Amino acid sequence: MHKYILKRLLALIPVMLGVSLIIFTMMYFTPGDPAAMMLGESAPPEQREALREELGLNDPFWIQYGNWLRGIVLEGDIGTSYTTRRDVADEIMDRFPATLQLAVSGVVVAVVLGVPIGIISATRQYSIFDNVSMFVALLGVSMPNFWMAMLLILLFAVNLQWLPSSGLNHGFRSLILPAITLGTGAAAIIARMTRSSMLEVIRQDYIRTARAKGQVESKVTNVHALKNALIPIITVIGLQFGGLLGGAVLTETVFSIPGVGRLMVESIGQRNFPVVQGGVLFIAITFSLVNLLVDILYAFVDPRIKSQYK
Amino acid sequence: MSSANLSKQAVALPTAPMKKRSPWVAAWKSLRRNKAAMIGLFVIVLLIITAIFAEQIAPFGYDDQNLVNRLQPPSAEHIFGTDNFGRDIFSRIVYGSRVSLQVGFIAVGIGAIAGGALGAIAGFYGRHADNIIMRIMDILLAIPGILLAISIVASLGPGLTNVMIAVGIGAIPGYARIVRASVLIVRDQEFVEAARSVGTSDFRIVMKHIIPNSLAPIIVQATLGVAGAILSAAGLSFIGLGIQPPAPEWGAMLSEGRQFLRDNPHVTTFPGLAIMVVIFALNLFGDGLRDALDPRLKQ
Repeated sequence: MHKYILKRLLALIPVMLGVSLIIFTMMYFTPGDPAAMMLGESAPPEQREALREELGLNDPFWIQYGNWLRGIVLEGDIGTSYTTRRDVADEIMDRFPATLQLAVSGVVVAVVLGVPIGIISATRQYSIFDNVSMFVALLGVSMPNFWMAMLLILLFAVNLQWLPSSGLNHGFRSLILPAITLGTGAAAIIARMTRSSMLEVIRQDYIRTARAKGQVESKVTNVHALKNALIPIITVIGLQFGGLLGGAVLTETVFSIPGVGRLMVESIGQRNFPVVQGGVLFIAITFSLVNLLVDILYAFVDPRIKSQYK
Repeated sequence: MSSANLSKQAVALPTAPMKKRSPWVAAWKSLRRNKAAMIGLFVIVLLIITAIFAEQIAPFGYDDQNLVNRLQPPSAEHIFGTDNFGRDIFSRIVYGSRVSLQVGFIAVGIGAIAGGALGAIAGFYGRHADNIIMRIMDILLAIPGILLAISIVASLGPGLTNVMIAVGIGAIPGYARIVRASVLIVRDQEFVEAARSVGTSDFRIVMKHIIPNSLAPIIVQATLGVAGAILSAAGLSFIGLGIQPPAPEWGAMLSEGRQFLRDNPHVTTFPGLAIMVVIFALNLFGDGLRDALDPRLKQ
C-alpha cells in the first residue's frame, strides 16, 4: 500500500511538469502587457520597459520558464504577484479556505441528497418516486449552476430576505445558497450514478442469497448491496469534489465569494501571470491528490482492489 | 472483462446466418420506442430549425435597440420582454440558438476528431505512442475543465471561434480514452488479423475496421458532449471570457441581466430556461442513445 501511494506520488511529478509547461506556455502567449496593466496605459514607455526588464518579461521563453521552475523546485517559491508584490503561495492560501468551505459544503449537500435518492430509486425501479426523482435529477444536470444561483438569490435573498446574497461574512448562513447551488448539480450526478450502480448489484446472486437466508430487506439494500455498489459512487463523489475545488469559478462569481477560482479569473483580467500559473498548478495538484485519495479509498471499500495495490 | 466478451459477441453477430439486420437499425428501433429520447430529439430538431430560420422566426433583429422600451416585462409585442437596451429578448434567444448549436457541435467535433485520432493511434500502435499520448491526456485531465478552458481562452482571446477551440481541447482526453479502449478490444480480433494478412494498410484498418466498431460509445459521448460544450461556453461568456456582446449568447445574456435581477428577473429567466431546455433535451436523447447502443446498460 505504501509502495503504491509512493508510486502514484512519483507519477504525479511528470504530470505536474507537463501542467506547468502548458499553463506557462498559454500565459506566455496571452496578449496584453503586464507592465502596462500595472503602470497604467499613460505610463511612459521607458518606465514600462524598465519594469518588463525587472520582471524578466524580456527574457526568452525557456529562460523564463526555467527560472520559474527553478524557483519552485529549489526554493519552493511559485512566484510573486505582479499586482500585490506578495508571494503567489500566500495569495492562494488567502483564498483557499473559502473555496474549500464551498467545496466541502457542496459535496455534503450532494451526498446527503444524491446517495439516498439513488438508492431508493434503484430499489423501486420504475416507481413514481424513481421516475420523478430521475426526471428532477436530469433537470438538475441540465441547469446551468450560475442560473440556479441567480434564481436562489432572487427567491431567498431578494424576495424572502432570509439569507445573504453574497460574500462569506455571515458565517454559516452565507454558505447555504452557494452550497445548494453547487450541491444540487453534483447531487443529480451522484443520484444517477448511485441508481445505476445499485441496479447492477441488486441483480447479483449474493443479494438473492442474503434475502434467501432471511436478511431484513433494509439491511440487504444498505449493507449487502450498497457496499458492493460503492466504488463508482465514490469515484463520482471524488470527481465532483475535485471539480468543485478548482471549478467553482461561476458560483464564486455569482455570490461574490473570494475563492481561488475568482482569483484566477481576476488575475487573468489583470495579466497577473504568476498568480494564474501558480494557481493552476496548485489546483491541478490538489485535484490529482483528491483523485489519489479516492483510489486509496477503494482499497478500504473493496479488499479485492487492496490486494492489487502493490 | 465483461465488456470485452460483449463486444466480441456484438462483432460476431453480423456473421451469424440468422441475423441480417444491421445493429444500427436495431438501435434506431429501440430508440424510437423510448419516449423521453424522442422528446429530446424533437426539441433538438426544433432548435436546429430555429437556428436555420432565425431571420424568419425572430420578430426583431438581435441588436435592434429601443431605449424608450427598456426592461419591459413580457407583452404581446415582446413575448419575453425587453432588456436594458430595449432589445427583444425572444429575438435574441432565437438568434442565440445559432451560437449555442455552433459551439456545441464544432467544439465536440474538435474534441471527437482530435481525441479519436489520438486514441486510435495510442491504442493501435501501443508502446511508446500509447505512453506519450496518454501521458499528455493525463496532463490535460489534471486541470479542471472550466479552468483549462478559461486559460486557453485567455491566451487566444475571447470570441466564438476561440471558445469553440477551448471547449474542444478540453474534450479531447475523454474521446481519446474511449477510442483507445475500444481499439484495444477490437485490435486483436480475427477480422483485423484477416485484414492485415491480405495486406491492408494500417490507416485503412483503423478507418474501415476499428473506428466503425468503436463508434457507439463515441456517438453517446458526443451527444452528451454537445450539452456539456454548450454549458461550458455559456459559463465562459457568463464570466466575460466567451462570446462578446452584442452577440446574442445565452450565457452572456444571463450575465448582462444579472444586475437587473432584483427588479427585472425576466431578463435572465428566459435565457436561463433556453439553456436548460436545450441541455435537458440533449441529455434525454443522449441517455436514450446510450441505452439503445449499449445493451450492457439496458435493464
